[in-house]
Amino acid sequence: MTHDLATLLIQAQNEMSQAADEAALELVRVAWVGKKGHITELLKTLGTLPPEERREQGAAINQLKVGFDEAYQQRKAILKASALDEKLARETVDVTRPAWPNALAQGRIHPVSQVTEEITAIFADLGFAVAEGPDIETDHYNFTALNFPEAHPAREMHDTFFLPSEDGERRLLRTHTSPVQIRTMEAKKPPIRVIIPGRTYRCDSDQTHTPMFHQVEGLVIEEGANLGQLRWVLEEFCKAFFEVPQVEMRFRPSFFPFTEPSLEVDIRCRREGGDIRFGEGDDWLEILGCGMVHPNVLKNGGLDPDHVQGYAWGMGIDRLAMLKYGLPDLRAFFEGDVRWLRHYGFLPFDIPSLVTGLSS
Amino acid sequence: MKFTLSWLKTHLDTEADVSTIAKALNEIGLEVEAIEDPAKDLQGFVVAEIVSAEQHPNADRLRVCMVNAGGAPLQVVCGAQNARAGLKTVLGVPGLTVPANGMVLKLSAIRGVESRGMLCSAEELNIQAESDGIVELPKQTPVGMPAAQALGRTDPVIEIAVTPNRGDALGIRGIARDLAAKGLGHLKPLPAPQIKTGDIKAPNLVIEAPEVTRGFALCRINGVKNGPSPAWLADRLTSIGLRPINCLVDVTNLFTHDRNRPLHVFDANKVHGDLVVRRARDAETLLALDGRTYTLDQTMAVIADDRGPESLAGIMGGEASGCDEHTTDVLVECALWEPLNIAQTGRKLGIHSDARHRFERSVDPASLREGLEQAIAMIQDLCGGIASPLTIVGQRQNPPALIDFPHQEIKRLTGIEMERAEAESILAALGFQTKPTPEGWRVTPPSWREDVEGKADLVEEVVRIAGLDRLPKTPLPKTTHISQSQLTRDQIRRTQVRRSLAARGALEAITWSFIPQQDAKMFGGGQPELALINPIAADLANMRPSLIPSLSRTLQKNADRGQTEAVLFEVGQIFLGTKPNDQVTAATMVRRGTSGVRGAGRHWLGHASKVTAFDAKADALAIVHAAGFPAERVEIVQGGPSWAHPGQSGTLKIGRDVIGAFGLLHPLVAESLGLDAETVAAEVILEKLPLSKPKPTKAKPALLLSALQPVHRDFAFLAPKTLKASELMKAVTGADKKLVTNVDIFDVYAGQGVPEGFISVALRVTLQPLNATLSEAEIDTVSKAIVAAAKSVGAELRQ
Repeated sequence: MTHDLATLLIQAQNEMSQAADEAALELVRVAWVGKKGHITELLKTLGTLPPEERREQGAAINQLKVGFDEAYQQRKAILKASALDEKLARETVDVTRPAWPNALAQGRIHPVSQVTEEITAIFADLGFAVAEGPDIETDHYNFTALNFPEAHPAREMHDTFFLPSEDGERRLLRTHTSPVQIRTMEAKKPPIRVIIPGRTYRCDSDQTHTPMFHQVEGLVIEEGANLGQLRWVLEEFCKAFFEVPQVEMRFRPSFFPFTEPSLEVDIRCRREGGDIRFGEGDDWLEILGCGMVHPNVLKNGGLDPDHVQGYAWGMGIDRLAMLKYGLPDLRAFFEGDVRWLRHYGFLPFDIPSLVTGLSS
Repeated sequence: MKFTLSWLKTHLDTEADVSTIAKALNEIGLEVEAIEDPAKDLQGFVVAEIVSAEQHPNADRLRVCMVNAGGAPLQVVCGAQNARAGLKTVLGVPGLTVPANGMVLKLSAIRGVESRGMLCSAEELNIQAESDGIVELPKQTPVGMPAAQALGRTDPVIEIAVTPNRGDALGIRGIARDLAAKGLGHLKPLPAPQIKTGDIKAPNLVIEAPEVTRGFALCRINGVKNGPSPAWLADRLTSIGLRPINCLVDVTNLFTHDRNRPLHVFDANKVHGDLVVRRARDAETLLALDGRTYTLDQTMAVIADDRGPESLAGIMGGEASGCDEHTTDVLVECALWEPLNIAQTGRKLGIHSDARHRFERSVDPASLREGLEQAIAMIQDLCGGIASPLTIVGQRQNPPALIDFPHQEIKRLTGIEMERAEAESILAALGFQTKPTPEGWRVTPPSWREDVEGKADLVEEVVRIAGLDRLPKTPLPKTTHISQSQLTRDQIRRTQVRRSLAARGALEAITWSFIPQQDAKMFGGGQPELALINPIAADLANMRPSLIPSLSRTLQKNADRGQTEAVLFEVGQIFLGTKPNDQVTAATMVRRGTSGVRGAGRHWLGHASKVTAFDAKADALAIVHAAGFPAERVEIVQGGPSWAHPGQSGTLKIGRDVIGAFGLLHPLVAESLGLDAETVAAEVILEKLPLSKPKPTKAKPALLLSALQPVHRDFAFLAPKTLKASELMKAVTGADKKLVTNVDIFDVYAGQGVPEGFISVALRVTLQPLNATLSEAEIDTVSKAIVAAAKSVGAELRQ
């Protein structure tokens, strides 16, 4: 390249580096390689030159053009990048401001539903189905068929809510889930393995009693069913439910009209402040009542007690929830205080399963 | 049921201490509820002798005593009138707590004189309700002896819960028998009663109502001297919280608790004519021994004389014929009453007497003669007198039960291996007679165990005494190696709906199954057959026909506490009638204020708007979807039930079946529920959603994907306000059933540019080409068909 051409390139480079943005750079490009640009004009002069000189000059101008293009591309990239930087800087928002609230995350499952599912998961694994029955029962299913004699004190121990009689039979709100034992025996032949969770009612209200509460009943009627097996089932259940490696249970003779023999079951525990630990300590806590299904109840369910045997137990779901999760006051279960529900409730996807562990 | 250790020991020859006895009681089914040690409160208080008692220099009513309690003499200031030299009394020293009032004793100066303790009254020591002056102990009481011992307060009181089947354990002798069978000692034999009889005639006994009694025994004792009971008897009654009255009455109370043998005594000279067991006459009254007058009716049984009822049979005696210190001739009644009648009468009159408690459970029928003889002997022993011969009438005894009890039954029901000899000896110790048979025994229960009816009861008897710790742990066999689903699809569906609604941001509440009657009526319930006869409160009286009223009120209650941003749901039973099938499961979601699905309240990104019927509609369809039913197959009909705003509510239908409703609460309903913000609700009855038919295979249908891109076209129509969006959309969809695959409304506008009575509705229509890309001409044809279809329902294309 001749000295003149080299000077021209430097001049062009200077102009380009002085261009502040892509628009200014475009003006420079047009001024040099546009239709009437300096380099374009130079190329036009080639035709007037003798062939020898033309080749030489042509190559030189071409070199100038290549040099120009290179510098142009470089400058253009720089300007483009800085333009983007500026744009991005302009678009900055304060991300420390609050986002949309996660309203969906507020949802919770009530402890009674959660614990019912936990109980169901354990017993389903042992082959128990879930049986259900109506809350409005007849005197027959709630008492008579369960071997409660008329006006017996045992009947009075159940503070019963009554509804008006219909078709000559007294209606009431079931005082326990046991009527479903009879309904199950009527509907299905042994072998029977069911649990019966549900709402139950007694007209009683104080610190530890609410007029409505939840029970879960268990019923096994099959060959080999005896109190020894019941003991195993209850111990395995308590271990699984309370998620402890061992539990110790104490069986005491008791009385329920619908079981014979009847037993009450205590579980060994240690109380610390408001906490209860199972499987350790020197305290005993009563958790359930159980026994062999009374021969009269089997008869009332259409079964022959000399050849068929079974056992049953019943416990409070609310109480199990209180013991496991440290819920202090039964009455709060049914008050619907959203602060309580948020605090003691469970996340919708904490689905109890023996695979993932009952609780997270 | 309360008793003291020493009282128990009158029947049980044992060396066992109170904790051993308590453990055994729990093991045999007599659950210990409390053990009260009366010595505990008196710990530290000792017997002291007042050596000298001088007038206090600065107070007229105080004395300065020098007291000897075994150590160096102590100076104590005392205000009691009976504080005198030589008196043995009880001293409390600084640091001890006065049982009656919890005051901690301190070294003090009283009116300038130092006092190193307190001389105590029986009231202060909590052994009498009131007392005059300080305790006066017998002269020979040794100084320094613990006060508990000197006052005879060392006897622990045990309280047990007796189950309804164990009437026999409502007598201390019955408890002793159980403990003896458990191996804690020997049951002491009862002495044969010695009775002095003479030529005395008891009144005639007439049984007019044989159905209420199983036997009535009577004896007259003449020439008794009634008055306060001897100390042993009074103390025994006091020890379990009973008030001694007079010797004759105290004997009956003793028998009630000692033998589960309630008795009654009449003053023979206050009874006129024959004694008749009969039904009361309507509106007859009786002033009973509790000082209250009861109005009777003909369902109740009384013992009456010529003047009328003298006693409420088996429950409580009458004041007029009661025994007092002037009684010289007494009639002793020993009867057996029908438990059912006793229970009903007691409940009707609200009387909870010790006699009622026992008669409605069970009293040993064999105790009719034996109990009366024992009582006469004790009365004669304490009060003297000569007895008439016993009169026993109306005795009805059930034949003794004979129970075939196979030895194998013990193992069959419990899994416990037990030798024949062991079972036999337990039964014998409990008073059962056994006759061996090839399989086991033929057993006759004792007369006091009428609750034992069959072999299962006998199994309970032997295992409760043998010990339930012998129960083996026998694993329940698995029915399948890999666990299978045990839930019905209805049960699974309820769980899925519950969890879906929680995932929609709502809190699950559990509300009462019974609600106020006015609420029930507003939501289609309130029928008389669904009203509780004995509700616990007026606002918990009617079985709920809907979950909306309780959830709405609960949201309001939370708002009143400042918790305005929450959504509640419940999946629970509602009651459309009293039959089992009338109980169905409602899934209900309630929102109020601005609590929409995106959240509530104001936010810098955008404020939440007030909830509308469309929030509730979305919730309703979410419930349907979560229950596994295709939401698009649910028909939405304008207008909901009467609880809803008639213009802002809808009904969900599948075919002819109404499956639920949604909408804004009617302003009158909201007002009646006390709601102070707009509230919307969605309620779906889960059982009304058909379950899909189970398929033979789990495989899903093949996925058919078109290679051709769908085409979207927007249309704006001018429609009369009365035209339902669903109609317009249906018409447009029908314009070309093959090509039109979706129609959506993306804008609705009324106002400037739109004539009165009309709205502008903007639709986006999706066309899915079938075989080849659509040409402009084809699209044009479809568009024309769409416009025509819209026109057919009254909507004009906007120009």
